[in-house]
Amino acid sequence: MSAVMNGNWIEVGVINDIPVQGARVVNTDEGDIAIFRTVDDEIFALRDKCPHKGGPLSQGIVHGKKVACPLHNWNISLDTGIAVAPDEGCAARYPIKIEENTIYLSLNSE
Amino acid sequence: MKERLVVIGNGMAGIRTVEELLKVAPDAYDITVFGAEPHANYNRIMLSPVLAGEKTIEDIILNDDQWYADNNITLHKGNTITSIDRVNRKVCAEDGTEESYDRLLIATGSEPFIIPVPGNDLEGVVSFRDIHDVDLMLEAAMKHKHAVVIGGGLLGLEAANGLIQQGMSVTVVHLMDTLMERQLDQPAAIMLKESLEERGINFLMQAQTEAIVGKDRVEKVRFKDGTEIYADLVVMAVGIRPNIKLAKEAGIHCERGIVINDTTQTYDPRIYSVGECIQHRGMTYGLVAPLFEMGKVCANHLAKYGIGRYEGSVTSTKLKVTGIDLFSAGDFIGNENTDELVFQDASRGIYRKLVVQDNRIKGAVMYGDTIDGTWYFDLMRDETDISDMRNTILFGQAHLGDSGHGEEQRVAAMPDSTEICGCNGVTKGDIVNAITEKKLFTLDDVRAHTKASGSCGSCTGLVESLLAHTVGGDHSVAPHLKPICGCSDMSHDDVRAAMIQKELTSMPELMSSLNWKNSDGCPKCRMALNYYLLCAWPDKYEDQSQSRFINERAHANIQNDGTYSVIPRIWGGDTTPAELKAIANVAEKYNVKTVHVTGGQRIGLYGLKKDELPGVWSDLNAAGLVSGHAYGKALRTVKTCVGKEWCRFGTQDSTHMGIELEKLSWGSWTPHKFKMAASGCPRNCAEATIKDFGVVCVDSGYELHVGGNGGIKVRVTDFLCTVKTEEEVLEYCAAYMQLYREDAHYLERTAPWIERVGLTFVKEKIVEDDEGRKKLAERFLFSQTFSQDDPWQGRVEGAEQHEFNALKQIRVKSTQGSDAELA
Ligand code: SRM
Ligand SMILES: Cc1cc2nc3c(=O)[nH]c(=O)nc-3n(C[C@H](O)[C@H](O)[C@H](O)COP(=O)(O)OP(=O)(O)OC[C@H]3O[C@@H](n4cnc5c(N)ncnc54)[C@H](O)[C@@H]3O)c2cc1C
Ligand code: SF4
Ligand code: FES
Repeated sequence: MSAVMNGNWIEVGVINDIPVQGARVVNTDEGDIAIFRTVDDEIFALRDKCPHKGGPLSQGIVHGKKVACPLHNWNISLDTGIAVAPDEGCAARYPIKIEENTIYLSLNSE
Repeated sequence: MKERLVVIGNGMAGIRTVEELLKVAPDAYDITVFGAEPHANYNRIMLSPVLAGEKTIEDIILNDDQWYADNNITLHKGNTITSIDRVNRKVCAEDGTEESYDRLLIATGSEPFIIPVPGNDLEGVVSFRDIHDVDLMLEAAMKHKHAVVIGGGLLGLEAANGLIQQGMSVTVVHLMDTLMERQLDQPAAIMLKESLEERGINFLMQAQTEAIVGKDRVEKVRFKDGTEIYADLVVMAVGIRPNIKLAKEAGIHCERGIVINDTTQTYDPRIYSVGECIQHRGMTYGLVAPLFEMGKVCANHLAKYGIGRYEGSVTSTKLKVTGIDLFSAGDFIGNENTDELVFQDASRGIYRKLVVQDNRIKGAVMYGDTIDGTWYFDLMRDETDISDMRNTILFGQAHLGDSGHGEEQRVAAMPDSTEICGCNGVTKGDIVNAITEKKLFTLDDVRAHTKASGSCGSCTGLVESLLAHTVGGDHSVAPHLKPICGCSDMSHDDVRAAMIQKELTSMPELMSSLNWKNSDGCPKCRMALNYYLLCAWPDKYEDQSQSRFINERAHANIQNDGTYSVIPRIWGGDTTPAELKAIANVAEKYNVKTVHVTGGQRIGLYGLKKDELPGVWSDLNAAGLVSGHAYGKALRTVKTCVGKEWCRFGTQDSTHMGIELEKLSWGSWTPHKFKMAASGCPRNCAEATIKDFGVVCVDSGYELHVGGNGGIKVRVTDFLCTVKTEEEVLEYCAAYMQLYREDAHYLERTAPWIERVGLTFVKEKIVEDDEGRKKLAERFLFSQTFSQDDPWQGRVEGAEQHEFNALKQIRVKSTQGSDAELA
């Protein structure tokens, strides 16, 4: 699939569709992607699966540039997808592009 | 240009302060550190296990050279500062280096006291303070046989234990007739001495050293009474003196230590001081916990967050000798105004004593089983009124129920493979290794690194004991002073008081007015603040759903696979065929995987997808069923029995009582979940005596019981009072819930809350003060007018839709190889 999608930006919505300090989910064939919005209106996309035991990160608490997983409270950095120490693990990141409040997502995970 | 901070002393207090400073203001200063020792910063506490051969020097390094480099700190190792020039604001080192400062931190620690007897400078006479001393001892142990330790205090005994492990024969010489007289009373000291004798340590009590005898190297120790013993090594461990020479010579006001104020400044406000070298409010300290507290205040002040104050510390002591459990804190001797509560079981080797004055714990000594040491210590530091637990307090917190660890509470004797944390499968060995390898000092650190006690928390006592045993105690502050989270230095109580006083009615307002360090807060404080604001301003505050845990945001419980459960309210456990049919229909329509009769007399539907929830709720609403708040820090269930209506023993209509209670209180948000029950007679079929608020009907009326808990640690309720009518039950219940709502910390259930504040406090407010009780009940009812809407109905009608719908569905026709199709 990645060959097909290469470089394709998919419009998923506008910034205001996502609550401040919150997240929404994009369903895809390959699983859910969580789109986060921080207090400063930065937007990030991560695979909606916690590196610990697969908890849906979109349901967590967004604080700073991190999200606390709803199941066992691991903190995941939104910009890298990496779990905050001492926990170890990584959720896949997806590129995001914003043009005039519209959010574009690429399905080529980084 | 950045300001320059110079630190004198590369020890535990100085570097901890620098670490705290880097946390809050990483770029505020150019930092230079001078240390007399030729080593990077290490954990002095762990010299004892190094001597005992349980650890190596590498294991106990806290910050290596790389850490200084990474943080742009200039470190001068093995370079002693010889003078401070306060006029020109510079320090001068042994090798001639000069360094000027804008702020100076003196953290020179203390020096071992060497008793003034002839021969105290012979080769083979050492103190026990630093790596150099330990090296000398280890070397002596390789070549020689007889060691004499002068001083039967904490350090002396840890030295003696270490030297025995190194194969020496050891005699401890002590001036007093009991060991560790500053930490232990006589019975505990005797038990300790017996255990140490069993390990092969000899004791000479009430022996006064007159001289150390030898030609080049020590050969004997002679006492006042003329007797002599052989010695190839003499360890002086008779006490420490604050190291104030440098400060004194610079004209800084010193008494026993360098005198500092509550912001850790000396009389020269540019010069700060922390650690064993200081004197604060007349006290000097020789343990790490107070130094860490000072370090935090000092760092905040250096970073110009001038809100923290150091107000002195209460300390506790632990002996780090493998296999010996001992704990002491505060004034454990007492006086004519104090009472002693004593528990002694000599053949099991267990002894505990509490010294109590005006129903407050003043001191504690424990030997053998010390699992409750931290509990007593918390009660003592919080000055909790213990009148209502006096008759059981000696049996420990665990008397309230055995939370799964059986009899085995002696952590020192447990093998490394013992599972301590049942939720996360963490063993004793895992915890001890993490503490030493990851340099952990507090319970929170241990939780973060090992997860032990991080889930249900029932093993907290064991983990604290392990921590105490490994590094001598949980080095964090008294519970009532604990900051709400890392974003602030204010405690829960301070934040709530300020919120009311300054009329702060929104989260951004509160965070900016109270100098929050993260403008965004963190998951800990945001949820607490959201609740506190909601409780304080029911009519003004606008709830922030992003500051609620997912369950409360989605009004359903998240499950391990990301699906949700739905539990409608079944008022007082009474239901009808129509309700049951509606539930059955929903279960069939949505193909619910599990229909479960819960432990709370209700029916739960499990495995629903989030986007199905509004549909499920809509169908349930149609049959009159509303949210059961099974997901909330809120009123949960009111369990009842069938009572007088059917039961041949029933004295009152307990079912009706329960339904009325549930109607009164449903929808209310509380610091933690809140459960009730009403039983029709003292047979108590509804288990009212393990609920947050329980009613037991009796012939003359209604007994009210509070503070019960059936969960992680069973706690039976305390009896509050008996009332005559249903109306009174409702008024007392409303008042009690409001008191809990206004006073307890977020995530503190009524059981621990009552143990912290004391039942007497609750009785004063609810039973003895009629006026006050009515006011509390009024405030509760007022707040209920804003919270009694069914959240499910709101969402069925369209509120918070974004919570339940995906932002987008993306489907890809992968086989055709064409573009993405967007649904
Ligand atoms: C469903 C239920 C078990 C069941 O299948 O019967 C249940 C399920 C959960 N309980 Fe419970 N508890 C349930 C009755 C109880 C009871 C019995 C009771 O209420 O009479 C207790 C002991 C009584 C008590 O609370 O004192 C109980 C003590 C706990 C505790 C320990 C609380 C404590 O203070 O010690 C937790 C953990 C917590 O709250 O932190 C907990 C937590 C949980 C959680 C919320 C765990 C979680 O965070 O996911 C479970 C949610 C599952 C779900 O989605 O429904 N559950 N739980 C019961 C729901 C009752 C209801 O109708 O609302
Ligand atoms: C064997 C042992 C076991 C212990 N066990 C425990 C325990 O279980 N629990 C507990 O809480 N505490 C324990 N302690 C006490 C604890 O280690 C001390 O309270 C703590 O280390 C004091 O920290 P500090 O920074 O004030 O002093 P130190 O850690 O001594 O640091 C001061 C540093 O300053 C240096 N210095 C002094 N003067 C100068 C100068 N002029 N120029 C440059 N550098 C200078 C010193 O060389 C030293 O390195 C133990 C201590 C020892 C020795
Ligand atoms: S329902 Fe309660 S007892 Fe059962 S696993 Fe969940 S939290 Fe534990
Ligand atoms: S699944 Fe995310 S913390 Fe466990």
